[in-house]
This record gives sequence, structure tokens and C-alpha cells, in this order.
Amino acid sequence: MEIPKSFLGYKRENGRAGTRNHVIILPVDDISNACAEAVANNIKGTIALPHSYGRLQFGADLELHFRTMIGTGCNPNVAAVIVIGIEPKWTKRIVDGIAKTGKPVEGFHIERTGDIGTTMKASKKAQEFVMWASEKQREECPISDLWISVKCGESDTTSGLASNPTVGNLMDKLEPLGVHLCFGETSELTGAEKVCASRGATKEASDKFMKTWNDYNDFILKEATDDLSESQPTAGNIAGGLTTIEEKAFGNFQKIGNCKFIDVLEPAEEPKKGKGLYFMDTSSAAAECVTLQAAAGFNIHLFPTGQGNIVGNPIEPVIKLTANPLTVKSMGEHIDCDVSKILSREMNLSEAGDELIKTTLRVANGRLTCAEALGHKEFVMTKLYRSA
Amino acid sequence: MATDIIIHDKKDNVGVVVIEKITPKQDCKCWIMENDSSTDIQSMDEIPLGHKIAMVDLKEGDTILKYGHDIGKVIKSIKKGEHVHVHNVKTKKW
Repeated sequence: MEIPKSFLGYKRENGRAGTRNHVIILPVDDISNACAEAVANNIKGTIALPHSYGRLQFGADLELHFRTMIGTGCNPNVAAVIVIGIEPKWTKRIVDGIAKTGKPVEGFHIERTGDIGTTMKASKKAQEFVMWASEKQREECPISDLWISVKCGESDTTSGLASNPTVGNLMDKLEPLGVHLCFGETSELTGAEKVCASRGATKEASDKFMKTWNDYNDFILKEATDDLSESQPTAGNIAGGLTTIEEKAFGNFQKIGNCKFIDVLEPAEEPKKGKGLYFMDTSSAAAECVTLQAAAGFNIHLFPTGQGNIVGNPIEPVIKLTANPLTVKSMGEHIDCDVSKILSREMNLSEAGDELIKTTLRVANGRLTCAEALGHKEFVMTKLYRSA
Repeated sequence: MATDIIIHDKKDNVGVVVIEKITPKQDCKCWIMENDSSTDIQSMDEIPLGHKIAMVDLKEGDTILKYGHDIGKVIKSIKKGEHVHVHNVKTKKW
């Protein structure tokens, strides 16, 4: 198949391109969710991103909170941002971080005004932003403007046999065209960690990966009261035939094809080394992982599933694929790309990779994903430890 | 072309059922992806889609190979053609 060299995206002030054109209402903290949701309810075409944290966090955990907030606002799928927090200082810090992209952003704090006054002021600005954004047109953008993140979920053995290798095939075909790529899931590489480390493009990248994985494993050994057999693999994984974490890890790892990763990113860290594949240190919980990847600037997501994970994200479209024919039959409304014919050998891996590229470009051009049509907007912050 | 079981790597001692289920005493066709070769096996158990079948006799302490890699250890001996899962295999990690 001849791979298209462009897609229709929204060009942003900082040179990036979006596959979506959202105006978001971003609460800085848990207690500002009500106000953010009131604004989004007033002004049609905006979306609020409520979450559970943002108070009394400190150290690396607070830094991650800011990185996730600012990164979400900076994502090129976002046209403009309203930030609402309880206090002025942290609100301004997030506004200033997003403003560096050059996109419209304005902050409001609730103290000394209250929810109702803040909702009124923020709604007026949100209306201005959404009407401005509604005139933005899709323009031809090079395919290298796609930043593609991947994560698998509710995996079973069909994931390792077919849907994950399909993503790997897509990576092998798109990496030479200059796209950014990102995989994560530190815990789900357990058992395949040494093989994964050997796929670093440089010794530095390999060493950085092993340090990240070792730190994670030390944390598990310190915190675990039992082993992780109840969580990894999950009950869904086991029902699907996966027996051990090692088996799950080697299946998971098929998603990167033959690519080598050029750097290892902190959670929600923006890649800085140009085109190519990155590993990000993330949880393997679907919504947390996608939220971190979106905050790092990835603008389209590929999600292979076995038993049928249904996750979506408010700003980054999540494309589902599966090779499990029972999942296609029983929950087809969640599946954007069916590659189950690989198992019956009616389709080979390269044909499946081409199908996934076609689906990815249709979604990049504006076709809604199943998760978008079904209203999945899981925005889940990663928290490193308890608050002060 | 029809395949009942797919094996990732020629070194693997397990295969994955890719039809809705196989039944005891079923003669199954297996496809080895790595070198695009075929083999046959007779099943001993009923095994559902996505679950593994032992391609050889395995004894306690043996290593299960899939993708050509170590994915765990045998904790209860397994005969060729039997179902391989959490009841007879465990992780080496935790």
C-alpha cells in the first residue's frame, strides 16, 4: 500500500498540528471541578476535564501534577484553554505554561469571588474562545505531524498473536516517515525487561530504561504485601488465556515492531529528541497511561485490546483494534479496526498494518472514534504518593 | 490454510488455540508463525480460544517457552495435548 504523506489537521501557533479542535475548561484542583463543569455546561462545544487532585501535593508528585495540567493544555488537539483554580498562584503557573504555545488561554481563581461570579466571568471568555476556535479549518499537514502513542488493555493471547503485532507493523511503516511514537507500561514489561532494554537505540537509552524499570520493581517489592498475581495478569487477562506476567510482557512488547527507542521519558514529559520512538515511564492502567501520553503532546492513540477495554480520552482520540473474534461479535461498538482475520489466516500482518494505517488517518482527518461517539472522556491524573 | 492452533516460535513448547474451542481427542492443525511451517497435535482437554496447549510432555520445574522466551515454570506435570494455564504454570517473577 502507498502510505498517504499527509492528513488534514489543525495548525497551531507553535508549529504543531492537532487532529481535534477542543476548547477545554481545565480545573487546577478537585474543588474547582464544579465551577469548570458549570462553565462547560453554559458554553456549548467546550469540555471540562474534572479530576481528583491538585491540593497539598509536594515534590515530584506536585511537579507531575503541573506537568500533566500544562501538557494537557499545550496538546495541539486543544485550540484554547480556560484554567480555573481555587488560588491565583497555581492557576497562573498553569496559564503561563500553556501560554508559551501561543494559543489563547485565560485563568480564573475562585477565592474572593465564589463559584457563581467565577462561572460568569469564565463563561464569557469560554464563549469567546469557542466561537473563535469554531472558525479554524483543517489544512493539509505532513504525516510527520502525527504523534502516535500506544497502550494495550484487557489483553489476552490474541493481543500478543495479532493486534499488538499489527501496531508494531504500523510503527515499522510510519517510523521512517518521521512520526513521533510512544509506548509505556513499565509494570507490563516485567519478564521482558532485558529484551526491551536491548531495543534502546543507544547504550544511554538502554541504561535509562533499565534504571526506570529497576526503580519500579524496587517500589513493588517494597510496597507489596503479597505478590502481584492478583493484579498482573488481571482476571480478564487470565480469562483470555494469559497465564503469567512474563507472557503478558512479551505480548505487550510486540507493539513496537522492530523499532528502537531513542529516549526514556518521565511521566507526561514532552519528547525533546525529535522524530522516533520513545518509552515513557507510566502505569499500565489504561486511563492513567493515555492521560500522561496526551499530556506529553501525543495527538492520536492506538489501543489494541483482547477481551475488550473501552477506554477513551477527552483530548486524544483513542483507536481500538482487536483480533479476538468474540470481542468483535459481543462488543463491536467499541472496535474501530477488526484484525481478527489474522487468526484465521485470511489476513496477514502487513495487510492488518495497512488497515490500521487507513483507520488512523481517517481518525486523524476527523472521523470520530468509537470511544468518542460513546462519550468516553477518561482523564485520570497519576499520583506518585500521598499528599501533605 | 485453516489453523486451530498458532505457535509463535519454533522453540516454543506451547501453542495458542485460535478457534472458539478445541475438544478432547481433536486432531488439530498448528501453524508456526516464525518459519511458516505446520505441525499436528491431538488434544487431551477441552481448551477455549486464546488458551494454551502443551506441545510436549512437561514436568514440574520445566520452563514454558513462548515467543521463544521464558514465560514461567511448570508447577504440576503436564502431558502433551493438555491445557496449560494458571493451574499448572506460575510466574518466576513474584
